[in-house]
Amino acid sequence: MDSVLPVTDRGGPVQPLLLAKGLRKHFPIPGGLLGRTTKVVRAVDDLSLSVAKGETLGVVGESGCGKSTVARLLMRLIRPDKGTMVLDGDPVDEPHGITLNELRRQVQMVFQDSYASLNPRLTIVETLAFAPRAHGLAGAEAKARSRDLLAKVGLDPNNFADRYPHELSGGQRQRVNIARALALRPRLVILDEAVSALDKSVEAQVLNMLVDLKEEFGLTYIFISHDLNVVQYLSDRVMVMYLGKIVEIGAVEAIYGDPQHPYTRALLSARPSMDPRRRTREAPIQGDPPNPIDPPSGCRFRTRCPFAEDVCGKAEPLLTDTGAQEVACHMRIRGSGHTRAP
Amino acid sequence: MTDPKNAPLLEVEDLHVTFVTPDRTVHAVNGVSFALKRGETLGILGESGSGKSVTLRSILKLHPEHRTRWSGSIRLEGDEVLPMKGSALANLRGNRVSMIFQEPATAFDPVFTIGQQITETIRRHTGKSDADAWKRAKELLELVRIPSPAQRLKAYPHEMSGGMRQRAMIALALSCNPSLLLADEPTTALDATVQIQVLLLIRELQRELDLGVIFVTHDIGVAVEVSDRIGVMYAGKLVELGGVEQMVDAPRHPYTRGLLASTVHGGMRGQRLEAIPGAPPDLSAAPTACSFAPRCKYAEARCLAAPPPLTAATEGHLVRCVGRIDTLAA
Repeated sequence: MDSVLPVTDRGGPVQPLLLAKGLRKHFPIPGGLLGRTTKVVRAVDDLSLSVAKGETLGVVGESGCGKSTVARLLMRLIRPDKGTMVLDGDPVDEPHGITLNELRRQVQMVFQDSYASLNPRLTIVETLAFAPRAHGLAGAEAKARSRDLLAKVGLDPNNFADRYPHELSGGQRQRVNIARALALRPRLVILDEAVSALDKSVEAQVLNMLVDLKEEFGLTYIFISHDLNVVQYLSDRVMVMYLGKIVEIGAVEAIYGDPQHPYTRALLSARPSMDPRRRTREAPIQGDPPNPIDPPSGCRFRTRCPFAEDVCGKAEPLLTDTGAQEVACHMRIRGSGHTRAP
Repeated sequence: MTDPKNAPLLEVEDLHVTFVTPDRTVHAVNGVSFALKRGETLGILGESGSGKSVTLRSILKLHPEHRTRWSGSIRLEGDEVLPMKGSALANLRGNRVSMIFQEPATAFDPVFTIGQQITETIRRHTGKSDADAWKRAKELLELVRIPSPAQRLKAYPHEMSGGMRQRAMIALALSCNPSLLLADEPTTALDATVQIQVLLLIRELQRELDLGVIFVTHDIGVAVEVSDRIGVMYAGKLVELGGVEQMVDAPRHPYTRGLLASTVHGGMRGQRLEAIPGAPPDLSAAPTACSFAPRCKYAEARCLAAPPPLTAATEGHLVRCVGRIDTLAA
């Protein structure tokens, strides 16, 4: 019974809620002679991050940058090739640590496709009660909690509890998915493009609701999106990814106000202008993001970077603290050999 | 007689589109009228189910004939489109009007190379020889700024990146010198840094070739980047239509205002978003009142009495809202 009650804080407010160190995930592509693996997709490469209690960490990047793989690694929906995770002081899936079962109770996820995320044969209340019952809550109590949650996400339980997913609109279904993620009283919710498929007027309703729920349940969010405006609106800190690596991470004001990495700058200035008198004249960078199979040597952004020099192909730039944020660029690393380095 | 140079390229008048199946009827488009000049770009902005794509596809009659009811008129350079059938329709498609879609990966046939698909279209519409068609195809890839075009013509769609495929699709659409290009969310599936490249390309080609363009999107920023005029659709009707500056600076319809207010942009951090309450209406019955009234904070009795007409608020700025236009403008 204990397992379905909210988990109380253990390490205090200063201890990070989640620490990940050196996470790596490479997907082999079978296809060589006799099914031998000839190529690998380097989806996530030696990525470390920490998430503070109560914050919203935004994750941005283009397709293939590994942002969804990071989400799945943190949930352990896929197993990392390398790396460790610590949840509020407890190592994950290690002796003396917490089990994956416990991790997945404290960390929950909401996906982009609201319809594919729901079982079409279960009513809404059955869907919401499923996990609490699996974790040992009695049927009646699980149902009562589900109805309660429905009201919290703005759906009248008398009207919606016994409906099936196909009877709901996209916005309503995504509210149900959010309610389901909260059913086990998690501490961290990973939102992977959770509002991306919604229309703008509905997206605003759901964003307002996410802000309220975070406050009410004392949640921590990892908010993954390709929409830079929405990430700016919601996040306290922002992590920018490119081809499986973090290129820049820091407070939202620093990333949007004074971006340091050429990729972050390009990404921000690729946003369509909202002013017809100041339309975009020139695309900030050319070409598409390269394939994460065989990424470029050294700095992975160098093939599209207007400032690339020899050193960028030879050495990989490590994340370096520049004061307001951390940046992985030779132009910001003292003595890196780049002519623009300090 | 009007001067043919100033005559509109496309005139849509009171277009209604209804889909009828044995189970249900959907009134997708309920009286859309607009005109497009040669060399002009009209952005049509709307949310899912607003009828923006249905309007666009009706210009090519792409909906299945047996369960679609059209009424009203669509005139391209004076020719009525809706009565067209068979070879007349086939000559219209690709030759005078062509279309680019959201997902270039599914719009191309995966088992033929890009070159085979472009040359097939050229030969069908112009009767050019195989060699001439290949020459033209190579020029087209150059036109859409695809590097090493001769090699790219031999590539299969899956061998190209998303941005490259969308450029190839634009090349295919332009292969027979159409006068009107229809774009249905062509950059929605693309990454941010690629989207802006494709938007700029469409804008440049439009100017270079003096194309009429109708660009359907749900993204206000994208519409502002490409359009001369913007029309906003809701529940199968245009609720507002005006020049891009009029629409951004002084939107008149409560829905347009709500859409602009609920679109997140920089500098809104910490503020509560002004969401439009409720959801779009069910389109199983033809509207008998203002379709937006149930979600509108300014709604009053006469909004429910009859569908409001599209009236001019200022020169070239049309709004479908009764009475409140003046007070709303304040």
